[in-house]
Amino acid sequence: MPIAEKDVVWLQEPKLGLLGQLYLPAIADGLRTTVGHMFKPTLTEQYPEQEPKLPGNYRGVHRLNRDHEGRTKCVACYMCATACPAHCIDIVAAPAPATWKDREKYPETFVIDELRCIYCGMCEEACPVDAIELTTLYDLTGLSREQMIFDKEKLLSVFDVTTKAGTDPVRTRAGALGPASEPPPGA
Amino acid sequence: MISQEKIQKTDFLTPTLATDTLGFLMPTFNPLFTALIIGGVVAVVLGTVAYLILAERKVAAWVQDRLGPNRVGPWGLLQPIVDGGKMFLKEDVIPAHVDKVFFLLAPMVAFGTAMLAIAVVPVGGTVPAPPPTLTAKVEGSTPLAQYEAAQQAYSEQFSFAIAPGLDIGILYTFAVGSLAVYGVILAGWSANNKYALLGSLRSSAQIISYEIPLGMSILGVVLLAGSLNPETIINQQINGTWNVFLMPLAFLLFLVSVFAECNRLPFDLPESEQELVGGYHTEYSSLKLGMLLLAEYAHMITTSFLMSCLFFGGWHLPGVTSAADTSIVGVVLKLVVLAAKMFAFIGLFLLVRWTIPRFRFDQLMSLAWKVMIPLALLNLVGALLILQFALPLWSMTVANVGLFVGAGFWGVVTGGNVTAPKRKVTKLPPGLPAGVV
Repeated sequence: MPIAEKDVVWLQEPKLGLLGQLYLPAIADGLRTTVGHMFKPTLTEQYPEQEPKLPGNYRGVHRLNRDHEGRTKCVACYMCATACPAHCIDIVAAPAPATWKDREKYPETFVIDELRCIYCGMCEEACPVDAIELTTLYDLTGLSREQMIFDKEKLLSVFDVTTKAGTDPVRTRAGALGPASEPPPGA
Repeated sequence: MISQEKIQKTDFLTPTLATDTLGFLMPTFNPLFTALIIGGVVAVVLGTVAYLILAERKVAAWVQDRLGPNRVGPWGLLQPIVDGGKMFLKEDVIPAHVDKVFFLLAPMVAFGTAMLAIAVVPVGGTVPAPPPTLTAKVEGSTPLAQYEAAQQAYSEQFSFAIAPGLDIGILYTFAVGSLAVYGVILAGWSANNKYALLGSLRSSAQIISYEIPLGMSILGVVLLAGSLNPETIINQQINGTWNVFLMPLAFLLFLVSVFAECNRLPFDLPESEQELVGGYHTEYSSLKLGMLLLAEYAHMITTSFLMSCLFFGGWHLPGVTSAADTSIVGVVLKLVVLAAKMFAFIGLFLLVRWTIPRFRFDQLMSLAWKVMIPLALLNLVGALLILQFALPLWSMTVANVGLFVGAGFWGVVTGGNVTAPKRKVTKLPPGLPAGVV
C-alpha cells in the first residue's frame, strides 16, 4: 500500500543564519572544544608500570582453596567439571587418606586447561565446598600450551600467591569446609 | 662589487643592466655566510620537521585525552630519532608494477621543491634591499657611486635569508611551492594503483584551484609594499601596521588556501586514509615515504614563515625588536619572535586537524571557486581602488570586513549551501529523490 500523501512529512534542514554563513564563529567554537580537551586529565593507563584496579569479582585465573590445615578443600565431587561449558576441568578422584575424617574422597589430580577455559565462573558457582575460585590475576602468560595446563599444585600455589598478596582474600568461610562436607541434618 | 671602469653611464636615476655581469643588479654576498645559513636553515627545517611529527602525535593524543608517545626518552622527546631510524632501516620496496623512473623521481621532486621554496623566506632579522632606482640626488656624489654605496651597505648587512634581496621573492616561493604538486602527481601516476591515482588527481585539482585565491589574496599586500621582496614587505609593515590588521580578509583567504596547499585537514583529500588507503603515497615505503612526508611538513614550515612575514610583520614585535638593534641580543630576539609566530601557525595547523572534518570534494571545489576566488578578486579590486585614490589605509580594513560580512549576508539571502539547496524542494512522487524533476 502506498503511503498516503497526508502522511508524508517533508523535512528540510534549517537554513544557516548570518553567523553560520560566516563559518568563523563555528570554527572558533570547535577550536575551543579541541583546546579544552588538551588540558583535561588523560585517561591513559600506563599498563606495565600502572596496574589496573580490578573489581573483586573479576574472573581471572582459577585457584584451589586450602582449608585451615593447608589441605585442598576440594572433595572431588565433579560438580565443577560437570558445570564447565568448555570441558576444561579434569579431575581424578581417590579415597581420602584415613586421617582425613571429614570427607570420603579427595582429588588425586585436578587439572584445568587455562587455554580452553572461557572464564565464565560456572565452576565457582557449582562448587558445594567453595574449593575453586576465580582470582583477579589477569596477566596469564606462558611459553607453550603445556605450560598453560595447570595442575593441582599450580592451582594451590595460585591460592598461596593471591592470599599472600592480599589481592584476593578468601571469600568463603575460611578454614571450615562447606556444607557438603558436613553430615546431613539428623544423621 | 663591480669595478668602476666597466660602466659608463650618463643616465641619472635609473641604472640599467651592465652588459657583462649581473653583479650590478644583485648585491654580492659572502659565500661563507650563505653556506652557513643554508646549512643552518636546512638543519633547522629538518630538525623541526622531525619534531613536528612528534608534536602532531602529541597534540593528537592530548586532544583525545591521551598521553601520546612517551616511551623513548623523557616525554618521548627522542621519538623523532627513532622514527627517522625506522625510516632508514625499513625495507625499501619498489613494487614490480610501478613506473620506476617516475616512482623514484617523485619523492625527489617533492622534497627538492619543498626545500627550494624556503630559500627566499626570511627566517630571522632582515634588512630591506635598497630600491632599484635612486630616489634622490645627493650633492657631491655621482648616481653610480650613490647606488653602489647603497648596494655595498646592503651586502654588508646580515640578513637571515638564504637568498636575500631577491626582488621576485614571493613569486619564486609560489612558483617553486606549486611545483610540489608534481611530486604528488608523479607519485600517484607512477604507482600504477587506483587509490594513489585518485589521490593525486584530487590533489592536482585541489592545488590548482587553491593556487588562485592563494596568489590573489596576497596581491593586496604586494601592492601596498610595492615589492615582491619579502624583506621589503616586512619593512613596510614595520613602518606602518601589520598587514593582518589592514587586510584581515586577505589573511583569512591566504590561511585557508595554505591549508589546502599543504594537504592538511580539512583539505586532506589527496591522502584521506579512510577512502584512499594512503592516497598518493600508498605504494611508498622506507626512506622514500619519509621524503614525501618530510616534504609536506617542510611545506607547512615554509608557509607558516610566509604568513608571519606577509601578514604578521615578520620579526617585528613592537617594544621587543627594532630594526636599529643589531646587537647579538637583538638578532636573537628577532629570530625568536619570528620562530614564535611560525610555531603559532604550526600549532593552528595541528589543532584545526582535530577540529574540522574533511570536506567532500564538491564542497572543496565550491569553496574555492564560488567563495574564495570571487572574494579574493573583490578584495584585490578594493585594495587597488583604495591605493589609487589614496584613501586612508583604515578604509582597507573596513572594506575587508565589509566584504566578509557582505558575503555572509549574500549567503543568507540566497540561502544556498550544499546541504540546504537553494532550489525549493517541491513535493515529488514518493520514491524520487529531490532535485530529479
